[in-house]
Amino acid sequence: MPNVMIRRNDDGKLSFYVAKKDLEASVVSVETDTRESWGGEIQLDDGSRYYIDPVSPPPAFPTTLRFKRV
Amino acid sequence: MTELTREDTEALIQEVLEVYPEKAKKDRAKHLAINDQEVEQSKKCITSNRKSLPGVMTIRGCAYAGSKGVVWGPIKDMIHISHGPVGCGQYSRAGRRNYYIGVTGVNAFVTMNFTSDFQEKDIVFGGDKKLDKIIDEIETLFPMNKGVSIQSECPIGLIGDDIEAVAKKKTKEHDKPVVPVRCEGFRGVSQSLGHHIANDSIRDWVLDKRDNDDSFASTPYDVSIIGDYNIGGDAWSSRTLLEEMGLRVVAQWSGDGTLSEMELTPKVKLNLLHCYRSMNYISRHMEEKYGIPWVEYNFFGPTKIAESLRKIASHFDDKIKEGAERVIERYKAEYEAVIAKYRPRLEGKRVMLYVGGLRPRHVIGAYEDLGMEVVGTGYEFGHNDDYDRTIKEMGNATLIYDDVTGYEFEEFVKKVKPDLIGSGIKEKYIFQKMGVPFRQMHSWDYSGPYHGYDGFAIFARDMDMTLNNPCWKNIQVPWKKAATEEAEQLAVGA
Ligand code: SF4
Repeated sequence: MPNVMIRRNDDGKLSFYVAKKDLEASVVSVETDTRESWGGEIQLDDGSRYYIDPVSPPPAFPTTLRFKRV
Repeated sequence: MTELTREDTEALIQEVLEVYPEKAKKDRAKHLAINDQEVEQSKKCITSNRKSLPGVMTIRGCAYAGSKGVVWGPIKDMIHISHGPVGCGQYSRAGRRNYYIGVTGVNAFVTMNFTSDFQEKDIVFGGDKKLDKIIDEIETLFPMNKGVSIQSECPIGLIGDDIEAVAKKKTKEHDKPVVPVRCEGFRGVSQSLGHHIANDSIRDWVLDKRDNDDSFASTPYDVSIIGDYNIGGDAWSSRTLLEEMGLRVVAQWSGDGTLSEMELTPKVKLNLLHCYRSMNYISRHMEEKYGIPWVEYNFFGPTKIAESLRKIASHFDDKIKEGAERVIERYKAEYEAVIAKYRPRLEGKRVMLYVGGLRPRHVIGAYEDLGMEVVGTGYEFGHNDDYDRTIKEMGNATLIYDDVTGYEFEEFVKKVKPDLIGSGIKEKYIFQKMGVPFRQMHSWDYSGPYHGYDGFAIFARDMDMTLNNPCWKNIQVPWKKAATEEAEQLAVGA
């Protein structure tokens, strides 16, 4: 259950940063990304996937959230 | 030697790896790579931030070095106690050339060494009492200090001292911040974790001190310089450019910086991050907590400076954007003259670098401005994200080496035959004795600044001075020279 800092990059994509794991990757897809909630399964550009119970209302980035590895 | 192709480089890496035992070979192979600009993510080709292999000569430092030496040390109006035995602080004292303004021993303390000088009895009975006493003594002897940081050396963690308790007590007693930093040298694989720990301690003990205090009059143009350690005056030659374009620099982290500057940083509009490796953590934290965006910039060489000034300006209104153009224009004649003078002397020369956390990629642009080419680069303690940022800067089929060992580096140099090497003091004399021109690129070989337009002129001069020094022609003793010439003639004759 890593603590992940999510921020918006200059190119508009979300970046997924886990300091402890030395992981900085872009988010490719988010399962639920609506006005009401944000979360579910998240795919990164290195192919790995993480899960978070959808957060509602959607969080303001940057923020730190706890994810589960899928 | 002419250009290495991808196959040559591959063969070179294999050849170098040959001497290692099977297991070591497998491990080291992951840290050596051939650059491929197509690769988006560095972890596909190189592994970094792993424990060094026992038995090899690594060039890394420890977490204490990352915290005391890099992040905390340059904060000039605080006293940084090297808590533990005397050596860690004494042998690293003032080595980094973080310039500062102030009267040493009165209101600035950067080049001094404060230590609790642990003896056997402190290890056996614990050093908390001693620490308590030292902080009192510091208060009496140096009343103008603005605070104290306790930089733990290895034994502190091993014997389980409670420095946090001492810090809290002393903060109350003296009404000055006393910051405990758990940066024992054995933590992590290199100084990199020390940076992180130091960042976290600033976050927890310093940054929020003025959260509810609005007495500081801010302007829309407030920025802070993060991750510039003012080596040889680097931060000063950067700061002038920023101020000239109309920004107000509120804080310098941490070269020539002060405690109150750090406390004021949450009030700025934009954080400018030079050394990503050592201070991205605090920048990310400020972005999350205070909503302050951060931008990475690079003040080495006119091309990158212009790029960075425009990038920084893009976060502000037209006034600043015009300011950036004005600054670039103003220095144009100056840097063009530098290039006109030195480029003909340096054109086409090949450089190999092996430095710490930002220079392996940041200085590439400055070399390119002088017509030179970087053919190999590597980080002592870089992480994946550093290599991600490096791949694009380096040419295809160039060498990339992570946590290179003394042996590998020597072999690479023998084969690649660069015209210049930029690395640290431990490498300097080896390569000079091998007859290769060398610059110490950690603290600029007693020179600097290298940042900004002013710094570029010095950079170019230094590179020329080193590369074209007549001494390199005389490196071989005359009788051996005669022998090689003869052999050459024979070879030609045959
Ligand atoms: S590893 Fe430990 S003993 Fe060695 S310099 Fe670092 S803190 Fe000191």
